[in-house]
Amino acid sequence: MPTMMSSLLLNLIVHGEEWTAKELFVYPNEYIYWSIQIVMYPFMTGLVAGAFVLSSLYHVFGVKQLKEMARFALVFSFALLFCAPLPILLHLQHPLRGFHVLMTPHFTSAIAAFGIVFFSYGAIVASELWFLYRRHFVDVSLSLKNKPDKSLSEWIRFLIFCSLTLGVYDVSEDALKRDERAIKILAGLGIPVACFLHGYAGFIFGSVKANALWMTPLMPVIFIMSAIVSGIALCILTYIVTMELRKLFVTRKKTPHQLYQSREEIKSVELNVIKMTSRYLLFFLIAAISLELLDLVFRGYTAVKSWDVLRSVIYGKDFTNIFILQYGVGNLIPFLLFLTPGLTIRRVVLGVILVLFGVFMMRWNVVIGGQAFSLTFSGYMHYHLPIIPHNLETFKEGFAGAASIFLLPFLLFWLMSKIFPVFSYKTEH
Amino acid sequence: MISRRDFLKNAAKGIVGLSIPLAAIEIISPEKIFASKGDKKVRWVFLVDTYKCVGCGLCVKACKLENEIPYDANVTRTWVERYVIRKDGKVFADTPKGARDGFTTDKIALGEGKYQEIKKEDISQAFFVPKLCNQCENPPCVQVCPVGATYQAPDGVVLVDRKWCIGCGYCIMACPYGVRFFHPVYKTAEKCNFCYHRITKGLKTACVQACPFGARQIGNIKDPDDPVSKIIMTERVGILKEEYGTKPQVYYIGLNKEVR
Repeated sequence: MPTMMSSLLLNLIVHGEEWTAKELFVYPNEYIYWSIQIVMYPFMTGLVAGAFVLSSLYHVFGVKQLKEMARFALVFSFALLFCAPLPILLHLQHPLRGFHVLMTPHFTSAIAAFGIVFFSYGAIVASELWFLYRRHFVDVSLSLKNKPDKSLSEWIRFLIFCSLTLGVYDVSEDALKRDERAIKILAGLGIPVACFLHGYAGFIFGSVKANALWMTPLMPVIFIMSAIVSGIALCILTYIVTMELRKLFVTRKKTPHQLYQSREEIKSVELNVIKMTSRYLLFFLIAAISLELLDLVFRGYTAVKSWDVLRSVIYGKDFTNIFILQYGVGNLIPFLLFLTPGLTIRRVVLGVILVLFGVFMMRWNVVIGGQAFSLTFSGYMHYHLPIIPHNLETFKEGFAGAASIFLLPFLLFWLMSKIFPVFSYKTEH
Repeated sequence: MISRRDFLKNAAKGIVGLSIPLAAIEIISPEKIFASKGDKKVRWVFLVDTYKCVGCGLCVKACKLENEIPYDANVTRTWVERYVIRKDGKVFADTPKGARDGFTTDKIALGEGKYQEIKKEDISQAFFVPKLCNQCENPPCVQVCPVGATYQAPDGVVLVDRKWCIGCGYCIMACPYGVRFFHPVYKTAEKCNFCYHRITKGLKTACVQACPFGARQIGNIKDPDDPVSKIIMTERVGILKEEYGTKPQVYYIGLNKEVR
């Protein structure tokens, strides 16, 4: 009997009701249906696209100073790519039916393109990685092949690397030249696809005509710009962390395989790379802010029917989120941090963390802010993020779910760096 | 022995060769089959006479029971809104529990347990507006469904396939009228379908049947002799949120500009 009662009670709680508070006149079925995971989705795909564009700056446009960063960013982009669809899966009411999107896509829907865009992008990154690390695969598998008494772990390693070579063992000067050309083509092809992957996430929002805040053709472009900003920021951050760790290892023991031997050497390389990368970060940050402000000014100037309620949300209810947290803490402060002369690693770390926070707040203000007002234009909805989960739903679509999604790519990156070494391996690329 | 290069070349040729005859076959859309089977002489429309509505909520109650929407869950396929316009022009509106139990107090619900009292002498006009799915001619919810789980029947009614809906909520976001929600039990998108199981058998919808004042009527716009069609064609009727281009098919008599 108690179980029946509780299941009956459970049925009474409508999806979205747990974290939505309504104010004034709101339609009875309106709730904040798209919650934290839908904030995470564009945030994660943005990181994927941004990291890829960063790596392409070197491969396609030959920005030499980004050489160190390029390989790193590509592997990171691949790690992030696996995590990009997870927020959606956690958000779906029927996650097991998620593959319907791939099996029976309904092409008038923006979401239906997901499978095609996602997998073509994945294929490009995977093949670019293969060309980039082909020589490494060959080296490892050949050295293991010739080793007489292989231990079990070495056998496994041998099998993995052997299959990763795809049977191609040609590492002549000529073949490597061809690889380089292939990388360049793939990286060039990848830029529009990466932009499409994320621009289309912007299109998902921008094309919802029922939502006054979302509907703007600028949305995909704004999303791409802020995506690149966040991708570069995360790459810089992870790069600094790994470099610092390496410094730590160097002081503890000198390993012969390390590329840079002394602390000073690592430090100078590190700062150089970061200075260069942060210049690109600033450039895209300016583009993103300009577009966002253009959108805001345009809405205020044209002042269509929805403007009254939008104004009350933008300048009233969400003022702190938009102007203080997003533009102030997330854009203006890092801007000053980067532009003040005498850049130090510590300041860069603070700057990129704030930039990442700013981009996250931008996604938040779009997704949650877009649902902060009712379709009646005369009521409001407030979102209360579930922090401590008390059931599956508040875990999936709460702080805990979002945090696990954010941490997962780092774990994957660590695992992947075992196969694609991001620093210690010397190649010509 | 065949070389790897030749093998790949021939495999590619083979695939291309095989796919050419396949391309000749037209991909048949399920919609086309469904449309060819359906009755083209029917287009369901709805007519609401706001002058007749008294806000009793019997329609909401009947709908919840008929369509098995958990009675106490705060979602509903149809609801009734109350509008009170003060002499100073300020508009108040509410729909407590979708007016399932009617409007039991004069005070206007402001949400979060707060109420607004309006003096009778300050009121310039007050009325009720029933709401339900508009079964749009150009339904944005159908357009955005990534798996085609929601679709428009040839008679105009927009339906949801509970076995196929993935629960992404895109359709809920796309509907300008807020008629969609997640079913608390099935966890799939849910909406008013004009009681499709009833109208296709010649019955009236549950809400039409339950309304004691005849404020709600359903009809077939393709039949010129249908009483609802006659009213829509000869009287002045309005529709909701025309600006979205959805071409809604629920018509209102006595629609006010204040109605959202």
